[in-house]
Parts: sequence; C-alpha cells; structure tokens
Amino acid sequence: MAVSMDQSLTAPSLVKRLADSGLIGVFAIVLAGAMGYLLMPNNLALLTQIVAVALLVLSIDLVTGYCGVATLGHAALFGAGAYGAGIAAVHFGITDPVAMTAVGLLAGALAGLVSGLVILRAHGLAQLVLSIAVIHLFHEAANKASGWTGGSDGLSAIMPNAFFGLFEFDLWGRTAYVYGVVLLGLVFILLQILVRSPFGMLARGVRQDQIRIAAMGASSHAVLLRMYVISGAVAGIGGALSAISTQVVGLDSLSFTLSAEALVMLVLGGTGSLYGAMIGTVVFMLFEDTLSAANPFHWLTVVGALLIAVVLFAPKGLYGTAVALADRFRRRPA
Amino acid sequence: MTPVFEVQNLNKKFGGLVVTNDVSLSMAPGDRLALIGPNGAGKTTFINLVTGNLAPDAGHVQLSGEDVTRMRPAQRVRRGLVRSFQVTRLFHDMTPEEHLALAILQREGRSGQMFGHYSGRVRVMDETAALLDQLGLFDLRHLKVREIAYGQQRLLEIAMAMALKPKVLLLDEPAAGVPQSETALVEAALDSLPSDLAILMIDHDMDLVFRFAKRVVVLAAGTVIFDGLPEDVTKDSRVREAYLGSYADAGSTA
Repeated sequence: MAVSMDQSLTAPSLVKRLADSGLIGVFAIVLAGAMGYLLMPNNLALLTQIVAVALLVLSIDLVTGYCGVATLGHAALFGAGAYGAGIAAVHFGITDPVAMTAVGLLAGALAGLVSGLVILRAHGLAQLVLSIAVIHLFHEAANKASGWTGGSDGLSAIMPNAFFGLFEFDLWGRTAYVYGVVLLGLVFILLQILVRSPFGMLARGVRQDQIRIAAMGASSHAVLLRMYVISGAVAGIGGALSAISTQVVGLDSLSFTLSAEALVMLVLGGTGSLYGAMIGTVVFMLFEDTLSAANPFHWLTVVGALLIAVVLFAPKGLYGTAVALADRFRRRPA
Repeated sequence: MTPVFEVQNLNKKFGGLVVTNDVSLSMAPGDRLALIGPNGAGKTTFINLVTGNLAPDAGHVQLSGEDVTRMRPAQRVRRGLVRSFQVTRLFHDMTPEEHLALAILQREGRSGQMFGHYSGRVRVMDETAALLDQLGLFDLRHLKVREIAYGQQRLLEIAMAMALKPKVLLLDEPAAGVPQSETALVEAALDSLPSDLAILMIDHDMDLVFRFAKRVVVLAAGTVIFDGLPEDVTKDSRVREAYLGSYADAGSTA
C-alpha cells in the first residue's frame, strides 16, 4: 500500500479534529453562556431569546446549509413548537418545562413533516415560493384558531412549573436562561453527531449532486424529508424554549419576518456549519439590540449595510470566512 | 446462460426525431460489451433510457428477469444496475475517501445511520483503502475532489461504480479526459472487475474498445446495425457506411 505523504498535508489538524468532535462547540457554548450571565445579568430575557432563535437558525442550517433547500418559511416549525408547548400548558395543564419542551419538539417535527412534504415537491424558485406559502398558511391557521391560540392577542398565561420542583422561573429569567443554554448544548452535541454521521454525509451529497445520489441508489427525497423532520424537532425545541421563557406566544413566532431574519442570520454566520449558525444569530441579535437602543430610527439601515458588506466581502459568512483565512494562513510555508 | 440484463424493443423519440429505434440487447453475466457508433447515434440516450433517467416511449428493460422499466433510477441501482458518467459527477466538497465510504455504506443499506463516523467502521475503511489503492488515489484520499486533477476524478468515478458491487455496469466513456499516462490505470481497473460482472462500455477510443470488449454492438441513427465479435466489426459494410458515409445514408439503411 502506498505510503501516505506528509501527514500535515493530508491529516486533519488538531483544531479541526477538536471542532469535528464538537468539544470546542460545547466549550464555547458554556463559556459564552457564562459570560452572558455575568456581563448582562439584567438582560437574560434577551439572551434566552437569542438561544431560542439560535435553535431556529441551526434548524434552517440543517436543510439549507447541509441539504441545499431554499426556505423562507422555517418559522412555521419554530412557531409550531412554541404554540405546541403553550397550548399544552394552557389547555391541557402540561406545565412541566421538560414536558412542554418535548411537546414543542414533537409539534415542530410534525410541522417539519407537513411543510417538508409540500416544499420538497418543487425545486429552486418554486420551492422558495412554496415555503413562503407554507408560513402564510401556518400564520393564518393560528390566527383563525383563536380559541386555541388566542389569535392576534397571542396565547398568554403560560405558567411553567418550577424545574424538578426546585428552580422557579424567576422574574429575572435566570432559570429559563440556564435551561436554554443547557438545551442548546445538548442539541449541538446531537447535531454534531448527526452531521458527521453517514446520514450527514449523504445530506451533503444531496446538496452537491442529486443525480449522483440517485446513481448510488439513494433517494434524495427520503434524505431531505428525514432532515426536515429533524430540523422541525430542533426548531420546535427553540419555539418551546421561547414559550417557556416569555410565557406568551404571539403570531410573530409564525411570521414570514422571523423566517427571513433567521435566514439572514444564517447567511451572516455562514451556511453549512453549526458554528456559523450560532455565531450569526448571536452577532445579529446583539447588534440589533444595541443599535435599536442607540438609534431607534436608523438601526435597520445599519443592519442592511452590515449585511451588504458581509455578502460582498465575506460571502462565506463570518465563520466561513474566518475558517478560510485560517486555512490559508496554515498552508503558507513557515 | 440466462441473461442478467435484457432490453427489448426500446423506442424513444424527441419530437419527430427517433433517437432510439427498436433496440434490443441482452447480456449474460461476465459479458464485456462495447457499444460504439458515430456521434449522435443515440448511445448516451440509450444509457439514460436503461438507467431510468429518461422514460422510453415503448419497450422493456429487464434485470435478472425482473422488469425494471417503470422503476426510478435509484431503485434500479439497488438491484445492481450501476452506471458511470461521461462527464464526472462527484461531490466537490468531499474527499475520495468520503465518496467511497459513502458508496460502500449505501450498498450495505447503512448510509442512513445517524451516529458514528465512517472512519470508525473498520471493514468500510479497509474496503475503501483497497479501492483507493487499486486506482492510485490513496495519497489523495484526504483532498477535496475539486482539488484533484480531472484524470484522477475519472478514476474516482470508476471506483464509485466498483464500490457499489453491481451486477451490470454501464460505463459511459470511462477514459474520456484521462491523460494518456493514466489510461493504463483505467484499463487495469477494468481488468480487475469481477469476471461474472456484465459490463457495457461506451467509448470512442477504439484501442481501448478492442482490448476490452469480447463483443461489439454498433448503433447508428438510433438503430443497432451490428452485434458481433470485435474482429468482424471493421469488415461489416453497414458499419463502414455508418462511419464513413453520411448520416443520411446510415439512416436509409436502417
């Protein structure tokens, strides 16, 4: 057997191996979580919302970044999880936060299955249009079913129980925040296993060449639909976290605006990487919060300019560009 | 021997143009068949009809006695009908090792597994390494496909087909784009394929065809005009006419 060439050229670097195993990610989530807790103790509600939206952006990354499906309707999956958890608490008395999260997960997965069945029938532009149709249908359904959802007033009076009877959901949102960071860490580990698995590899193949996938005897549609259900579960957990922490679910959680903003966050951070999805969310939402406080009238202009700059000068997103630069630096002969 | 692969009266028209005209063909296990013909004879259309990428207007395709005419391409692949592409179709962001591991896992029905990395599966890695080594790709196994030369991509294309362990293998110009220095690797790879595998190869390289094929089928204007031994093909008057005469003549003799 041929002797391999210089190891440094062929073998993945130590940093890359650590990143692959997900340890760096978990460490980063815990570190960022702790920093947020210490640096912004009066703003934990915002931080929890960032964690919830990060779960939505991760779930978009699964279908868009890894599988190449264009969607502007992914908040349908997030909203389904939020309403699922909220309705379970208000109408069925399921107020245990973990049980509410589980209901959100299932509702999100179901919404993923339904919207996947619709959206995956088309390709390209038609697919994008179908995804917009899906989010509007979900939005309208929630609006009309006001007996269950509270309609445009929103579903309020969601009162989650104390955690294991010990940790109350306090006014400052400490419990919700810690729960959110733990959830994000767990989801990240599971997704890191998923994207490295044979199935994750198959999904990347689907994005790159569906004809080759068929020529291998695999079904692109089956891969995409399974990924849509998984993506729904992840978004559903995010929605449930949002419902638990804010104790209210509004129609905005099922909106086109949220779908589009989450996609923008993904592009900002970089598609096709779990790190990119999370970095994009944190940067966008902190930026949005800071700017809108500093200048309530023109902050959207600045956000728009930032996006244009990223798309023009760092088309792989913040994380993708950083990795590309690091690669170039590493390959340069010392 | 019973045919492992059989095509009966296959027909396909694009508008008014007949591209496949009543083509019948059968192959036994171990066949080495070359499908040749002038440009535009309908060779690639024939492959696309057989693999299910195009639907025929009439006719049947059978695999080990089973009618697969209405099946989707992927279903046919799972039954052992595998093709390679004339222009390489690979995953540009993936490495040769990942390609072959994925193909092997897919063959074993384990490509849907959602945990573990392929490198932890010893048998998959051994088989991957053996294939890489056989095609001279071992040193490139960790490079992305877009970083390796086109000739090497062609070799990986063949390795992908081999990894699926087909019963019938359709090779669409396997040597197209392979540099002269590496065609020996392609030929060695073809020689090493299991002797009971039925192979149908399309190619323009007559040297390769004559070295490889035990049987030659000539297609002209969508019609089979010759089916016989390689040594007889150049003596056949219709074949000469198809290659040397005008297309109109070839069509009128059909």
